[in-house]
Amino acid sequence: MPADWQRMLPQLDQDNRDFWTGGEHGELRIRKCGDCETYIHPPRPVCHKCLSDNVVAAAVSGLGTVDTCVINYQQWMPDMPVPFVVARIALDDAPGIYVTSNVIGCPVESVQLGDRVRVTFLNQEEVWIPLFEKIGSDDGPEGN
Amino acid sequence: MAKAPEAYVTGVGQSEVGVRLKRHPMLLTVDAIKEALSDAGLTIGQIDGVSTYPGKSPGFLGFSPVGADELIDTLGIRARWFAGGAEISSQLGAVVAAVGAIRLGLARHVICFRTVYEAAAMADPVNYPSRFDGGRVSGMQQWELPFNAISAAIWIGQYAERHVRKYGMTREQLAQIALTGSANAMLNPCARAITKKQLTMDDYMTARMICSPFCLWDCDRFTDAATVLIVSAEDALDEVKATPVRIASYAGSAHRHNWDQEEWVAAYHTGPEIWRHTDYRVEDVDMVQLYDGFSFNAITWLEGLGFCDWGEGHHFIDGGSRIARDGQLPLNTNGGQLGAGRLHGFGFAHEAVVQLRGEGGERQVPRDPKVAIAASGGGPMATALLLARD
Ligand SMILES: [Zn+2]
Repeated sequence: MPADWQRMLPQLDQDNRDFWTGGEHGELRIRKCGDCETYIHPPRPVCHKCLSDNVVAAAVSGLGTVDTCVINYQQWMPDMPVPFVVARIALDDAPGIYVTSNVIGCPVESVQLGDRVRVTFLNQEEVWIPLFEKIGSDDGPEGN
Repeated sequence: MAKAPEAYVTGVGQSEVGVRLKRHPMLLTVDAIKEALSDAGLTIGQIDGVSTYPGKSPGFLGFSPVGADELIDTLGIRARWFAGGAEISSQLGAVVAAVGAIRLGLARHVICFRTVYEAAAMADPVNYPSRFDGGRVSGMQQWELPFNAISAAIWIGQYAERHVRKYGMTREQLAQIALTGSANAMLNPCARAITKKQLTMDDYMTARMICSPFCLWDCDRFTDAATVLIVSAEDALDEVKATPVRIASYAGSAHRHNWDQEEWVAAYHTGPEIWRHTDYRVEDVDMVQLYDGFSFNAITWLEGLGFCDWGEGHHFIDGGSRIARDGQLPLNTNGGQLGAGRLHGFGFAHEAVVQLRGEGGERQVPRDPKVAIAASGGGPMATALLLARD
């Protein structure tokens, strides 16, 4: 994990805690309907498909594909390391769900739509931020 | 049952538009109201409704320093109906709310306003503290900010970059929004604080990148101003002196309300909806005033409203001649937010009314325009108004 900075962290609550702390156990946890199996993200206490409130946090594989991404150059806050990639990741086993995150560990110009990625976690305070790395990339660890 | 009265824009007004203005934001608001009242030929005593977006915003006062409640109290407005809030379909949703009130007979003359004070507030942190206080984030922001996606440039950039990488949009094509806005702003005396010199393609291509595919010129800048529209009932038009402009249709749709779960932003749901409530068709539109807080927003509106196919907007504006002031579909004739300042949605409706009345001066579009669209918002926020002088 390259050096990072103090990120803006989420206020944990009953709906988002599984998502933001699953990384402590190495798991990306996405809420899922226990009745119709629809994935629900952002996490809500009810399924938007069948309106069941039987929702559970399910560990997904953490594998996904870059759906879209940007290279951010602007330093929005002092000490924020730039440039960096913000990407929308389509998760392999949570159809219809995207997670906005960063693709790290490769040159920013190398990230393309369709790239295969795997989750990794950045721990700050009690929060485990799910970030993604390219799979099968030999670009080396430098850059962010 | 009697037919609901139609709603008309009967007066428009705007304060000085500047960057780091010293004038009190309530006074900017009152400046714009006075101009709109004078334009309509109304007095403050005839106003019986107030509508605004997003209401006073205590978290970052510069974003919205004046609320409907304070305005009613400050001016002694005898309001029969009022509303101010952020959880509506975007900035011009405040005008849609006023149309609803008018059509229900809840009010006859409604002041709709949007006051922005972000440049002044950034320069005065004692009176206007920063919105980032180091605390935890919640709500929609928690799905963006922990990933350093702090600016809407990144959120909108995700959609724009998909147009680049999937549909082949080039920077030269995207540039046409900023170049058109700049050319028009040069003819707008109210844009002088924002556009001092006309942007060239070379300026654009060599500018500092903010977030791909956006350079500096694709992003609007903080502006201080107030913009007002007075919306009146059909049966109150005999009290008004200005040429009324009918709000012929309006829509503000959202499917999923967030920044990253949808393939197409709310403009694509709102566009088709506006055509369900009118006999006008897309071919009847003489000009468009489309939200360009980021240049790409205007492209989503062109596609969403049906001027071209989804994913084809960059071809529609290629070369810029079609959307020029003398082109087939003039766009953002006051300069838009890129050229004339971040008036935050209301500037588009203001300009549409000015143009439909033929009062655009040097920047007036030719061919006696009668039908225009004004649209506000990006991402999950979208409102479109169809305005007609019929
Ligand atoms: Zn379900």
